[in-house]
Amino acid sequence: MLVAVISLAVMGGIFGIVLGIAGKKFAVEVDPRVEELISLMPGANCGACGKAGCAAFAEAVVAGEANPKLCTPGGASLYEKIAAVMGTDAGSYEERKTARLLCQGGFEQAKMLYEYQGVHDCHLALANFKGPKACNFGCIRMGNCFRVCPFGAIEMGADGLPVVDPYKCTGCNKCVVECPQQILELVGVSHLVTVRCLNLEKGKTARDICTTACIKCKLCEKNCPEDAVHVEPRSFGSVAVVDYSLCTNCGICAAKCPTKAIQITEQIDENVVREMGTPEDASPEPGCGSCSVCAG
Amino acid sequence: MNTSTFKGGIHPEGHKELTCGIKTSTARVPDKVYIPLSQHIGAPCVPLVTVGEKVAKGEKIGDGKGFVSSPIHASVSGTVVAIEVMEHPGGTFVPCIVIENDRLETWHESVRPPADPEALSPAELRSIIFNGGIVGKGGATFPTHVKYNPVEGSKFDTVILNGVECEPYLTGDHRRMLEKPDRIVAGLKYIMKMADCNRGIIAIEDNKMDAVASMEKAVADESAIHVVVLKEKYPQGAEKQLIYACTGREVPIGGLPLAVGVLVNNVGTASSIADVVETGVPFIERSLTISGDGIAQPCNYQVRIGTLFSELISECGGYTGAVERIISGGPMMGKTVFSAAVPVVKGTSGIVVMKKSTAPPPPEFACVRCAKCIDACPAYLEPTSLVKRAKRSLWHEAEAENVMSCIECGSCAYVCPSQIPLIQFIRRAKQAVLAAKAKRQ
Repeated sequence: MLVAVISLAVMGGIFGIVLGIAGKKFAVEVDPRVEELISLMPGANCGACGKAGCAAFAEAVVAGEANPKLCTPGGASLYEKIAAVMGTDAGSYEERKTARLLCQGGFEQAKMLYEYQGVHDCHLALANFKGPKACNFGCIRMGNCFRVCPFGAIEMGADGLPVVDPYKCTGCNKCVVECPQQILELVGVSHLVTVRCLNLEKGKTARDICTTACIKCKLCEKNCPEDAVHVEPRSFGSVAVVDYSLCTNCGICAAKCPTKAIQITEQIDENVVREMGTPEDASPEPGCGSCSVCAG
Repeated sequence: MNTSTFKGGIHPEGHKELTCGIKTSTARVPDKVYIPLSQHIGAPCVPLVTVGEKVAKGEKIGDGKGFVSSPIHASVSGTVVAIEVMEHPGGTFVPCIVIENDRLETWHESVRPPADPEALSPAELRSIIFNGGIVGKGGATFPTHVKYNPVEGSKFDTVILNGVECEPYLTGDHRRMLEKPDRIVAGLKYIMKMADCNRGIIAIEDNKMDAVASMEKAVADESAIHVVVLKEKYPQGAEKQLIYACTGREVPIGGLPLAVGVLVNNVGTASSIADVVETGVPFIERSLTISGDGIAQPCNYQVRIGTLFSELISECGGYTGAVERIISGGPMMGKTVFSAAVPVVKGTSGIVVMKKSTAPPPPEFACVRCAKCIDACPAYLEPTSLVKRAKRSLWHEAEAENVMSCIECGSCAYVCPSQIPLIQFIRRAKQAVLAAKAKRQ
């Protein structure tokens, strides 16, 4: 009994000393700035910066390998904080961008070809006659953008279309990449005029399938005092496009548009503190994201 | 009787009794035919005619570029009145050549039988089949001539003719084996000549014993051709499953049947080959089954390519009531079309109309991990695991689990007690993996 106690105590002592020495000798030096930056990051691990996650981005910033501006979710305020930690001059920062849906074809506006009964996924619905809506250019309304948004900034509205909350949207670009119809676009928050239709077909055809389609009447083009909006040709057909370098947000085009395809977005107050959603808000299946067995 | 089969699979209700006893009749030739420019796997055709031009029956009106392509032919004589975009039973919108029938049925001068079909060389046969626009009639519409092209270092030793017809409701191949067994055997002999092999198998399931008897009678004098009877099971008509059931050979992952020296063709394709080689008539008509509980008089029809579904349905006495869905092909692997104004294409093996059901669609429950889908999967996959990857967009992991080996037979979704639409999620994963592959290149 006594031998066992003594030998254990001696072994414990020896291992303790060895571990203590090893801990000092092989200690990994962590730059305290990395820890500090990680605590500042949005923590959504969205990947918009091109790194594996927020921690990897923080390390790359400290190592001087990544541009601190690349964190779109953090935006200008994070950039300033990073500059303070890194001891550099913040300088100027580009305008914040948010996602905007270029379609208004809700349940009431857009004609349907058939009733879709399958799994709610835009890509799958698109494989059946380009989606259940008669319009082949618009939003499929199956909510892939809503599910992919890491910030809970997209909700599916009562008319079936996704609604982007400009205060929560960080411009991470995930929904834009996910959308198979390329119907979402990142637009600077100061640009308020949006042509909310991408239908390239002739005016009558477009109007027959959606009451709020761009009918290529060119009223916007004729009435714009700045020559900033044009009905431009695309791969086939044409659609109205706003040139943001010229647009002054006067709103004449939106007032003239007979189908209300051109809309004025409400100016957002940059001073309002953004409430950042968590990934759990948006994801239908919360989880650690690795093995997926527990999520069933 | 010694019958063999493959691993996995399911036993859906066949409903074949609706039409298997009905003789194939010729459908009324429509006043207008709509011939899509894409009726095969591969690059779509370019139209060779313009609006207002006169065309004769059997004239080539569209031609494809590239090796994997197949020309299309006018199925009636008349005038081209439009080239317009229409719904295609494959779930897309495709430009179609619209021909107004002049009811003269004048044949084009290119349609004439060769002097001696027996003396044709394999290369000549291949070119006749290519120019005849022959594609696989089972539904995948793979251009047939491509299969026989000799590949350096590999050789076929067996040709299997697929007379399995495992899809519920469809009886077109069954009727063909009863009505024209000699055409099928003649086609098989041309295929064996092109594939340069001397063993032919005609595979038929044991629910069609009358077809077995008919084919056995037709091959009684042929020492190289045998009829193999297989156990009734879905999806036995799938190429790889059929090869395993008939020969016990397994096609490697991502490989072609050529890797095990086997060539598979549909019995319908074989009889089309015999027709085009001996009479010169290209692929302008096919047999199909119109069935389902939503059809007043289910039947088998010989139909011109380009006939609208709606005309055939009204010829069958119309609908029995409110319609839930119209399926092009069989109910397991077919595609639902949203209107009956779609034309019959080379791959349309049937039209199945389902009556509106009063019961709401069953809700989806969580996976109970019963592994029924794994038992049913004929491709040795784990559908439940693949679906979990797909639900979380883990495409790389799905690819590593060989999601691309899925043949989309739908057996997993059929057996799932939780009503999970597994096949749709797997299809989504395949879509995403293909897109990622295309991006990498």
